Amino acid sequence: MMNARVHRVGGWTSRLIALATLALGLAASPAAWAVNDLPGGPAVNQIDLTPAATHIAEDLHWLHNYMLIICLVIFVAVFGVMFYSIFKHRKSKGAVPATFHESLAVEIAWTVVPFVIVIFMALPATRVVVAMKDTTNADITVKVTGYQWKWGYDYINGEGEGIGFVSTLDTAQRDFSDSGKPPTADDYLFKVDNPLVVPVGKKIRVITTADDVIHSWSVPAFGVKQDAIPGFVRDAWFKAERIGIFYGQCSELCGKEHAYMPIQVKVVSAEDYTKWVADQKKAIAAKADDPNKVWALDALMARGEKVYTGNCAVCHKPDGKGAGPVKPLDASAVVLSDNHLEQITTVLNGRLDKGMPSWKAVLNDTDLAAVITYTKNSWSNHTGQIVQPAEVLAARK
Amino acid sequence: MSAVLDPHGHADGHAHDDHHDHHAPTGWRRWVFATNHKDIGTLYLLFSFTMLMVGGVLALCIRAELAQPGLQFFNPEMFNQFTTMHGLIMVFGAIMPAFVGFANWMVPLQVGASDMAFARMNNFSFWLLIPAAAMLVGSFFTPGGAPAAGWTLYAPLTLQMGPSMDMSIFAMHIMGASSIMGSINIIVTILNMRAPGMTLMKMPLFCWTWLITAYLLIAVMPVLAGAITMTLTDRHFGTSFFNPAGGGDPVLYQHVFWFFGHPEVYIMILPAFGIVSAIVPAFARKKLFGYASMVYATASIAILSFIVWAHHMFATGMPVTGQLFFMYATMLIAVPTGVKIFNWLATMWRGSMTFETPMLFAVGFIFVFTMGGFTGLILAMAPVDIELQDTYYVVAHFHYVLVAGSLYALFAGFYYWSPKWTGVMYNETRGKIHFWWSLIAFNVTFFPMHFLGLAGMPRRYADYPAQFADFNLLASIGAFFFGFAQVYFFLLVVLPVMRGKGEKAPQKPWDGAEGLEWEVPSPAPFHTFEEPPKLNADATRVIG
Repeated sequence: MMNARVHRVGGWTSRLIALATLALGLAASPAAWAVNDLPGGPAVNQIDLTPAATHIAEDLHWLHNYMLIICLVIFVAVFGVMFYSIFKHRKSKGAVPATFHESLAVEIAWTVVPFVIVIFMALPATRVVVAMKDTTNADITVKVTGYQWKWGYDYINGEGEGIGFVSTLDTAQRDFSDSGKPPTADDYLFKVDNPLVVPVGKKIRVITTADDVIHSWSVPAFGVKQDAIPGFVRDAWFKAERIGIFYGQCSELCGKEHAYMPIQVKVVSAEDYTKWVADQKKAIAAKADDPNKVWALDALMARGEKVYTGNCAVCHKPDGKGAGPVKPLDASAVVLSDNHLEQITTVLNGRLDKGMPSWKAVLNDTDLAAVITYTKNSWSNHTGQIVQPAEVLAARK
Repeated sequence: MSAVLDPHGHADGHAHDDHHDHHAPTGWRRWVFATNHKDIGTLYLLFSFTMLMVGGVLALCIRAELAQPGLQFFNPEMFNQFTTMHGLIMVFGAIMPAFVGFANWMVPLQVGASDMAFARMNNFSFWLLIPAAAMLVGSFFTPGGAPAAGWTLYAPLTLQMGPSMDMSIFAMHIMGASSIMGSINIIVTILNMRAPGMTLMKMPLFCWTWLITAYLLIAVMPVLAGAITMTLTDRHFGTSFFNPAGGGDPVLYQHVFWFFGHPEVYIMILPAFGIVSAIVPAFARKKLFGYASMVYATASIAILSFIVWAHHMFATGMPVTGQLFFMYATMLIAVPTGVKIFNWLATMWRGSMTFETPMLFAVGFIFVFTMGGFTGLILAMAPVDIELQDTYYVVAHFHYVLVAGSLYALFAGFYYWSPKWTGVMYNETRGKIHFWWSLIAFNVTFFPMHFLGLAGMPRRYADYPAQFADFNLLASIGAFFFGFAQVYFFLLVVLPVMRGKGEKAPQKPWDGAEGLEWEVPSPAPFHTFEEPPKLNADATRVIG
């Protein structure tokens, strides 16, 4: 019932306002900007709220129209009286001023009646507020981090957990903005490299935070706007009812590029979402250890310790002293040497004659570089040397 | 003879000629050493109009940039400086000092006092504004330009600003000190210096609204000072009130700021209510309806203004009970505000109205301010507010209450009282042109912003999607027309009356006007009510 009402009211107000606009001779001039409506984002010369894609957004549209109608009725009634008086009670029409200037009954009436009206406004709003704030029982939780000037998305719970990426405005569009003559693209200032992808019909809880200053994550079609506050987390939720792409823009002044950090949410079917998650996971695995990444000593040490404990300590012992035929690594000349190559080849190919296996096929370049760096900087070894994965990669050839 | 605007003052029955003050300053000294409430009122009004022009130029820079998509004139950093400084200058430089100027001129005249209670402090509170304004405007010329964090100066963005931020903080401290001194002066004048027989409940409503406003100012200006001082120490002295990196809370800033900021909104509108409450009865030739309820409604609005601040912060993510509380409290303000509108209508009802320029602006105020009131009520609904927060809907809303509200009331007040100030009548035709030109241009500028906001266009954006292009162009065209209307007003209405050109004003140019200001000649002599006047029973006329 609420839905039907939304559409009826929306259509009626839209038409009325469009008519008024036309009547003033201020009709749109689409020729100047040959742009089309952007589904899920703004329409050309849109005069009403963005079409709802969630029940909450529908509810708040209803609430807005309900308020607008009450306000319009009061407005017409009150100013009907005023303009009647203005035209009727004029000196030029021979009006003689009355002398009344007080009435307790009238004062009480126009205090109590508005009070009652306000209560009738507050009641439906209360229900929507409570529904909006109920972020429990979410299917998927996404952490949204505002940066100057991009959005970070991390799937932290539910299907897709572990996926994380950064979403930035298309750089060509940013350049067009500077040029002062942007092309007439329908998604001008809305196009991003990586949209947030969510399944349709699932409750998505959004946890917002920020890295630098306050930003605000907003998608009008969902009825969501939640400030992203550095050092704090806040949450909101939405459950998209239809498949499509929905747009929003940062809604809290966050510095010079404030206008250039749009939000794009791609709502897909459950199957497409599962497929997207699988693709993302594959991509993550592929990208996990880029052998050309340059590591810092402590990151490599932390990782090396794990590799050492899991693979080497059984023979070389946790203290690196070795045992029996197994050579000690602690104070070993090969380990301490400035020339990394001998140790790298030893680990890669093994010394089968002395019981050292080949690790070439077991550990990747990063793991190998980490563990070698670890041995070079543990126990009594304090070489300060770092072996980067690229060196291991080179030695493989 | 002391520096009088009109040496022929006689009708108040106790001409100033009986004490010859040979040391009264003349020339520039008259203004720098001014202790006379009328001179200081004039200074305040000229200062605020100057700042209105500066803030207006910034607004037009904003609208020029926004006339079409893409960046044509300014880079986004510059754009943010314009929006920030437009807000700060209009609020602290234009609207607030303008109302203080009206208070200086009119409060002593309306309560039958000889001057403001603390004449030298009055001088100081005005002259403090000059260095403050110089620092504020001068911040454009510091490395990195003016502050660009929005007039609300939200942390932690303010922590990234350059030295101009510190200049603006000092400027606001000084303006705050000036406001507090001005308020003390007004309160003491009203409470202690009323003519015998002028009881509080017989006092003109303009004095009542200013009395309440002055209390609001004293209550909240120190809160602003606290917020910006904490920002200052966060920036330079290693504190972390609002800096999350040190465990501070950025939202705390917003709470403190809006605890100042919401009463500030009423500081800028309550005296406007007072001006309109003087003008409507004068031109309806009928007593103000429900005088007592007007006083109580003003007081209710002032008290409620302290418990609604967080409705500016629904999008920060408050607990559900917090949202409900602030939503209900905010909606409650509609009740006393409605009472005021109804009382004005009842005053007009069965009156005998004429529509000279003051009345046009007063009726325009009631009509257009009410539209801003209704959008305020819609924004009070937390769910709708979350959809519209930080969009152009909010920009439309507060310009409807601040421009069509406060500024129109100031114009109304100027047209109503300028004959008393200058001794000549303004040009009625030009006044009417000013009114209709402003009214139409204002609505062309700001009405389309409701649509932009509903469609989701965020505020403080230097560039926007092309779907918003037409309404933005319309708003920009309207803005330039509105700006030119105010230049017209100054050159063709204000300047001539300041030069004394025009028909000589009678002592009481409005036959329905009431109050002691109409008991002194036009222009008001330099000194008025040196002896407390004897008043009639309802304290509206001098009888002896």
